[in-house]
Amino acid sequence: MSAPAFVDFRDVWLAYTEDLRKQGKFAVEAIDLKVARGEFIAIVGPSGCGKSTFMKLATGLKPPSAGEIRVDGRTVHGPLKISGMAFQSASLLPWRTTLANVMLPLEIVEPYRSELKARRQEFEARARALLARVGLAGYEDKFPWQLSGGMQQRASICRALIHEPQLLLLDEPFGALDAFTREELWCILRDLQAAQGFNVILVTHDLRESVFLADSIYVMSKSPGRIVLKREVPLPRPRDLDVTYTPEFGEIVHELRGHIGALKKAGMEIAQ
Amino acid sequence: MSARLNLQSHAHWLLLVAVLVLWQSVCGLFDVSEFLFPSPARIAQQFWEHHAVILAHAWRTWWVTMLGFAISIVVGVLLGCLMGSSRLAYAAMYPLMTGFNALPKAAFVPILVVWFGIGVGPAVLTAFLISFFPIMVNIATGLATLEPELEDVLRVLGARRTDVLWKVGLPRSMPYFFGALKVSITLAFVGTTVSEMTAANEGIGYLLISAGSSMQMGLAFAGLLVVGAMAMVMYELFARLERRLTGWAHRGQS
Repeated sequence: MSAPAFVDFRDVWLAYTEDLRKQGKFAVEAIDLKVARGEFIAIVGPSGCGKSTFMKLATGLKPPSAGEIRVDGRTVHGPLKISGMAFQSASLLPWRTTLANVMLPLEIVEPYRSELKARRQEFEARARALLARVGLAGYEDKFPWQLSGGMQQRASICRALIHEPQLLLLDEPFGALDAFTREELWCILRDLQAAQGFNVILVTHDLRESVFLADSIYVMSKSPGRIVLKREVPLPRPRDLDVTYTPEFGEIVHELRGHIGALKKAGMEIAQ
Repeated sequence: MSARLNLQSHAHWLLLVAVLVLWQSVCGLFDVSEFLFPSPARIAQQFWEHHAVILAHAWRTWWVTMLGFAISIVVGVLLGCLMGSSRLAYAAMYPLMTGFNALPKAAFVPILVVWFGIGVGPAVLTAFLISFFPIMVNIATGLATLEPELEDVLRVLGARRTDVLWKVGLPRSMPYFFGALKVSITLAFVGTTVSEMTAANEGIGYLLISAGSSMQMGLAFAGLLVVGAMAMVMYELFARLERRLTGWAHRGQS
């Protein structure tokens, strides 16, 4: 690969407090990871393996204890305006309408922030168009608590994308949804990414989700929180939901399942 | 269903009428002296007789209370923001503020008179001192109990602390704020009246004292009722504002 990596983790370690660092208790250890521009990666692993910690590092909410994180060639020192993030809970602000919630990043991130007054009409039209793309046309002026869980999560993804970030960070965004809604949102995310070509880092515990959506999958182990395996997903794009019922798909899921099962067993032996 | 709702929305008037009827009949039946406990009819008559004087004093109490209350909103919100956004400030200020709030505010009036003289100063300050605490505590609680997820939504975008306060913290605290306003406004009227009783030559508090000392009990009661009515009007105003502005927080009950 000749082009420089878009997201570049170089031997990154993080301990949450100074005491933990001295005791050698790191939440994540020795993370080395390179993501090409436009790539969709997924991070899977057992619960408590440091997936969310990884996310905090990638967003710049937490500085690493050791190592360096670069995004788009620059070292990360704090939150990045070129990234957008959606969480497991939709976290929409209940006093704002859906449209106003989606517009929120434009009130914070430059250059939109200073242009908002002059170009409000245009930005609003953009937010409405984005909401329409995820099937929320007609719900713009509803409040979040008037929407279903799946609709709230769609609005939350729109909010993460409205300022056209180059990097979308998703922290188990579909975890709380029912199976049908989840698959529907997979397709919405797939189409948005295909159309706009942004990078995605998806943290999930759903192996089928990771195989369906990602170009490559990283498996993390629990205590120590390390990346133990990288698995490319060779399935051709665009992928249809039917692909999830093919033997190739099943094999990859099965293989990943095997690794995670082995990790769990190893973890239990250590614990004993 | 609608008949029942109707009854509910007028229940307070019905109760008021019932109390007045009972009061009037007790006074009539037992022939209570009006120097001890005047009947509602007598109070109404006295009110009408002295209405110009009462309304002039009420106007004074009204604007003095509003001035004190405005100061307590400003100070309460500012201190609440400070306490709610900094743990250090919270830990440092909360015990002291609680101690201060436990002091009887009527005891401040003589001191305020020494500082500011008889008149508007002590009344405004007493209204302020007695009413800012609930506002401060509620704003601080609203900010301190902010869900970290909501804060993170803004923080990942690189938002400044003031952004987080304006976009999430303060809107999220509005239900707490209105709850505090409804408590504080009634306290502010208490503060003004208490202060006027010893440290003013105008206002309902002064009227109460002078009516009492000249045994005009009907007039004293009329003054009390006017204070109660003013506090209720303000309470209702804030309750309506609350329903309009923070409907999102009360969605289960509408």
